Amino acid sequence: MTFRPAALAACILVVSASPSFADARADARSEAKEQVEFGINVAQRGLWREAIYRWEKAVELDPTYAAAYNDLAIAYEHEGQLDKARKAYEKALELAPNNPQIRQNYELFKEINDRTSSGKDR
Amino acid sequence: MIGPAPAKTGRLALAAVVAMVAASTMACGASYLEIPIETPIQPKLDVSPFQRVLVAGFVSGGSEDIDANQETVRLLRSQLRTKSSLKVIDADILPLMEVAQDQTKAAADEVARENASPNNTSSGDHQSNGLALPQRIKDEKDLEPYERLFANTAYWKRIGEEFQNPLIVTGTVLFTNRSTSGFVQRDQEVYDPYGRRRVIPTRTYMERKGFMLRPKFVFIDGRSGATMYSESYREEVLYNAQQNTPALSSYFELMDRLVPSFLSALSSQKIKGSRVLLK
Repeated sequence: MTFRPAALAACILVVSASPSFADARADARSEAKEQVEFGINVAQRGLWREAIYRWEKAVELDPTYAAAYNDLAIAYEHEGQLDKARKAYEKALELAPNNPQIRQNYELFKEINDRTSSGKDR
Repeated sequence: MIGPAPAKTGRLALAAVVAMVAASTMACGASYLEIPIETPIQPKLDVSPFQRVLVAGFVSGGSEDIDANQETVRLLRSQLRTKSSLKVIDADILPLMEVAQDQTKAAADEVARENASPNNTSSGDHQSNGLALPQRIKDEKDLEPYERLFANTAYWKRIGEEFQNPLIVTGTVLFTNRSTSGFVQRDQEVYDPYGRRRVIPTRTYMERKGFMLRPKFVFIDGRSGATMYSESYREEVLYNAQQNTPALSSYFELMDRLVPSFLSALSSQKIKGSRVLLK
């Protein structure tokens, strides 16, 4: 009975380390990347809603893809969905805490949010 | 023979670094893209019940170089004309300091009358002293007693009725001289023996002077005279002590920073910027 959790953990480790699991992860990232690139393409043409659809799909395919969360946050920001933007930026930073570009985007977003949320001393 | 060698080595090393930076930039160029965005900001106030806005006037003080009341009213009216859907009422600017002083005098007279009545045994001196308003506003402390003007709903309701129930914008503006001294970090250009330019941050002690602007915007419902919303800001600008910048241009520089926030209380705004998309 006591060694059941250990066996389960070992099993998960074996499965996740197996070549097929790694392939599946690589496939998910590759598919997510395609969605991200398509999203960037349409965002450049001003089709931000389509871009949101693509980037939401990308984070669904690969929930560890920091760049996809970053792009999604930008699109939410552009559409005025500021709560969603904040959550997406925070998720991107959680996944890639040392990425200077994500951090810079988030700082700029926060600056706007702070400036407009309430009157204050600056 | 010995002399030029380091220069050549230095140049080669520099070229190598430039090539590496260029290569890495190109590589990075494929993985990110800067894109312009416009962030829409919802207004903080629901102004749908109003068709008109009256920028009534401000209780102002500080530097005597500018009339902060008049300048603030002019600036906000012109901004609202172009950047809000409300019709801006062109009316004489209210002398709110005088209004507040008249109201205070009336209140003090009433207290005195009450004290004079034979039924009243308590001394009213303390109360009437507490109502006194400074004749000249030099700092924030002087402004404080004027704040009660904005809570006088009867007065603002009367103003509202006079102008067919608009949204009323009023408040306080303090524009003061400011001087400070201390260490300031500045970038200094230096050239090494090989003629290469470098920028080094240096700390220098400087006397600086400038201005500080502290406005408080109060939004009043002209139908009821009640305050709907208020917000305070503080901005300052400092120059070299030798630089002679006119007070009015500093005032506009500081107000320029605040106007987007002021407007975002009344109407939706789009804030332009850029972000970096990643692949």
